[in-house]
Amino acid sequence: MSSSSNSHTSTIGAIGAPSRRNTELALLVFAVVIPLFAYMNVGLAISGELPPGMLGYGLGLGLLAGVAHLVVRKFAPYADPLLLPLATLLNGLGLVVIWRLDQSERLQQLGKASFGAYNAAAPKQLLYSAIGIALFVAVMMLLKDHRVLQRYTYISMIAAMGLLLLPLVPGLGKNIYGAKIWIQVGGFSIQPAEFAKIVIAVFFAGYLMVKRDALALASRRFMGLYLPRGRDLGPILAVWAMSILILVFETDLGTSLLFFGMFIVMLYVATERTSWIVFGLLMSAIGAVTVASFEPHVKVRVDAWLDPFSKEVINQTGTDQIAQSMMAFGSGGTLGTGLGQGNSDLIGFAANSDFILATYGEELGLAGVMAVLLIYGLIVERGVRTALAARDPFGKLLAVGLSGAFAIQVFVVAGGVMGLIPLTGMTMPFIAYGGSSVIANWALVGILLRISDTARRPAPSPAPNPDAEMTQVVRP
Amino acid sequence: MNKPLRRIAIFCGLLVLALLVRDNWLQYVQADNLAEHEMNRRVPIERYAQPRGDIIVDGKAVTGSKKVDGGDFKYKRTYKDGPMWSPVTGFASQRIGANQIESIEDGILTGKDDRLFFRRSLDMLTGKKKEGGNVVTTLNRDAQKAAYDGLKSKGKGAVAAIDPSTGAILALASTPSYDPSSFAGNFNKDAETFGKLDKDPDKPMLNRALRETYPPGSTFKVVTAAAAMEHGLYTDIDAKTRSPLPWTMPNTTTPLKNEGNIPCKNATLREALRVSCNTVFGKIGSDLGKDKMLETAEKFGFNEQQFVPVRSNASTFPKEMDRPQTALSSIGQFETATTPLQMAMVTSAIANDGTLMEPYMVKELQAPNLDVIEKHSPKEMSEPLSKENAQKLQDMMQTVVNEGTGTRAKIPGVTVGGKTGTAQHGLNNSKNPYAWFISYAKTDSGSPVAVAVVVEDSGASRDDISGGGLAAPIARDVMKAVLDSKK
Repeated sequence: MSSSSNSHTSTIGAIGAPSRRNTELALLVFAVVIPLFAYMNVGLAISGELPPGMLGYGLGLGLLAGVAHLVVRKFAPYADPLLLPLATLLNGLGLVVIWRLDQSERLQQLGKASFGAYNAAAPKQLLYSAIGIALFVAVMMLLKDHRVLQRYTYISMIAAMGLLLLPLVPGLGKNIYGAKIWIQVGGFSIQPAEFAKIVIAVFFAGYLMVKRDALALASRRFMGLYLPRGRDLGPILAVWAMSILILVFETDLGTSLLFFGMFIVMLYVATERTSWIVFGLLMSAIGAVTVASFEPHVKVRVDAWLDPFSKEVINQTGTDQIAQSMMAFGSGGTLGTGLGQGNSDLIGFAANSDFILATYGEELGLAGVMAVLLIYGLIVERGVRTALAARDPFGKLLAVGLSGAFAIQVFVVAGGVMGLIPLTGMTMPFIAYGGSSVIANWALVGILLRISDTARRPAPSPAPNPDAEMTQVVRP
Repeated sequence: MNKPLRRIAIFCGLLVLALLVRDNWLQYVQADNLAEHEMNRRVPIERYAQPRGDIIVDGKAVTGSKKVDGGDFKYKRTYKDGPMWSPVTGFASQRIGANQIESIEDGILTGKDDRLFFRRSLDMLTGKKKEGGNVVTTLNRDAQKAAYDGLKSKGKGAVAAIDPSTGAILALASTPSYDPSSFAGNFNKDAETFGKLDKDPDKPMLNRALRETYPPGSTFKVVTAAAAMEHGLYTDIDAKTRSPLPWTMPNTTTPLKNEGNIPCKNATLREALRVSCNTVFGKIGSDLGKDKMLETAEKFGFNEQQFVPVRSNASTFPKEMDRPQTALSSIGQFETATTPLQMAMVTSAIANDGTLMEPYMVKELQAPNLDVIEKHSPKEMSEPLSKENAQKLQDMMQTVVNEGTGTRAKIPGVTVGGKTGTAQHGLNNSKNPYAWFISYAKTDSGSPVAVAVVVEDSGASRDDISGGGLAAPIARDVMKAVLDSKK
């Protein structure tokens, strides 16, 4: 049988799928030019002249985007065309706003008063972005097929555990503003949880793919819910316990929520059992309430969330950051003050990392923040779409796990900064200052692109099958 | 697996939606509350981001702005002759906040007032920096200086002077005073200076002209005289009154005493006011009863706060009292207490032939380019007495100055009417009494100034303190300054 006669029956929807690489390139141009204009805007607003580093930053960002694009074109030609431009846009805007906060006299003085000197964050962030893109390129080039990752299911588990526990190792871990989620290596602070996020998604995907049938089918029906068997509860209990441990020992609400949430999402997708969600919510509620009632750090954050403007709470927590952040948002109003013209630096510490969204709020206004949130929404949507399109369960689970984690992270950070939920120590992906975050998220985007490339790639012509002839014979 | 995937997609969409809703709540619904929150440092930052508009007296600014290095606030408020003008301007301190005109007209002074919105939008397009507008006051520079210098030489006290025909405040002085420049900045020493002033037992930060109520003593007798004529008790000021001496207050065995041995028996109203008979006016109050007294007093503005636009405390004329208390209240004792502004208002109503004009001290608000945004037009407040009675009362008060207790307020060539007062206070009148003097000057074209002076000099001996001796010369100087500036 000839391959041509077979090709149109092989896969639905993938026939001659356009690669959309030129779309991506066109969007990338915008993703580079928009931050460049923003950069100009900041310079003109603050000092009345074009910023001197404009050419450098522009070229830097353009070069990174160009390299990423070329690599995608070569190694993943059918990958999703939106993810790379969206991530580049966020990263570029992040660089601009971080540079803008570098110009703040208030933050410079604060830095001098606290650490003896103020180190500009934007050049470092550009370096981190370069490393992030390098990792992205590495993922594209080395990870030819995401299913390879399936082999490393249990190694991933061990690696994830290790990463998560690293901050607890004496001498290595570093306590910054109450949360022990950093480790100090040389001159760098690393947030292992950002990397653990990806590794653990690999583990969950591999594990659930194998166990999904057992988890889904072997259950008893009780009050309309399918209750899992006791022994199937093991893994979920283990992950729950780990989340609680993170919460208690690293006092990091965000990471804890992120992992548990991601696990529930993936479990639900794998088993299609709503009961898991009910269980998950119940257990996270129990865990959160229990820990919040006896762990002072968590309790303080909950108090600060409930009444951010109370003098008592501010004295107790020693910081009015949430109130400051909310006032920054409020002062921005609908259209914002314009880049470089706000006072979001009043937030003080972490103004350019955990709280960076407040600067968008004040200087770009409601319009700007909605745009940024919608960009995040689009990234998640493209991720879930990738999961839908993926042909293999592992790819589906990994893609939905990564996008779900991304969505939860955005929600937890933005919600915390806007006073919707208690504040946690995580950073907005791509726009916040922080090497671990940028690097890990570029890797995340790399993996999503790889899965989407596999999903959208036209099916290769099947290899000649010795049985094919015989099958044909049967037909009359 | 695709069904749960779609649900997860919806779930993620809901997360983003929740964020969008929250963002709209923060940046649209709550935006103004958060932007103007008392903890929001942007408010003072904006207030001091550009030179503040000025408060202007007689065409010249009594305030200024100075660039400061370091800190959040770029420009600091300065004051020329701060202690003299502080009862008018109030203060605008980066550390402490602002009060009085500095606070009430903050929108104009910082340039963020809504009435400047259109202009500001134009400026934004042309790239012009935001500027503050000016507040033009009604005050008279020379009168204020005469009042302040006069008070300073006597110790504690206050002066309020009004243009009777419009209600425009011409002088508003209070001593001891403070220099608002001394704590206008945002440094610890500013806070310390403020703390010291705030705790000073002499209360230099108290605006005595508006916020302190004193027993008015005999100056209140003009109100009682007005009530007597308005309610028809006596109509002829030169006819004998029904005033026995000694006079025992109704329902009591206590005789009301006069200061010294003065001819008060059946004295005419003119004579009674000239020598300041307690018996005559006490009996008038008692005869009229508390309701009629209260009616006249309230028409003059008692028992009500005034906003000029700075708030002035309400002066008190008691509402519940028996007859002897009414008698005491009618000679400015018992619970009667007034601000210097209130007594100036009383005087101005008499000088203005019975019509009381609403007191005010902000003439107009100017945009940064000096365009007028708002102009105050004089408003009638009430008519406490008829023109005829007012002129009779003027006649009586002129007698007080020409041949009575107020001779030291005389100005050659000008008609002056006045009334002295010596208000006792403290337990058993142990403390030095307050010296009062109220007066007005009159020219052919009406009365240009009415003034009330109170001096609370604890250092002077009891005998020295009398309205005529301590307070009248200050009133004279203030009136003279106003008259001279009209020439």
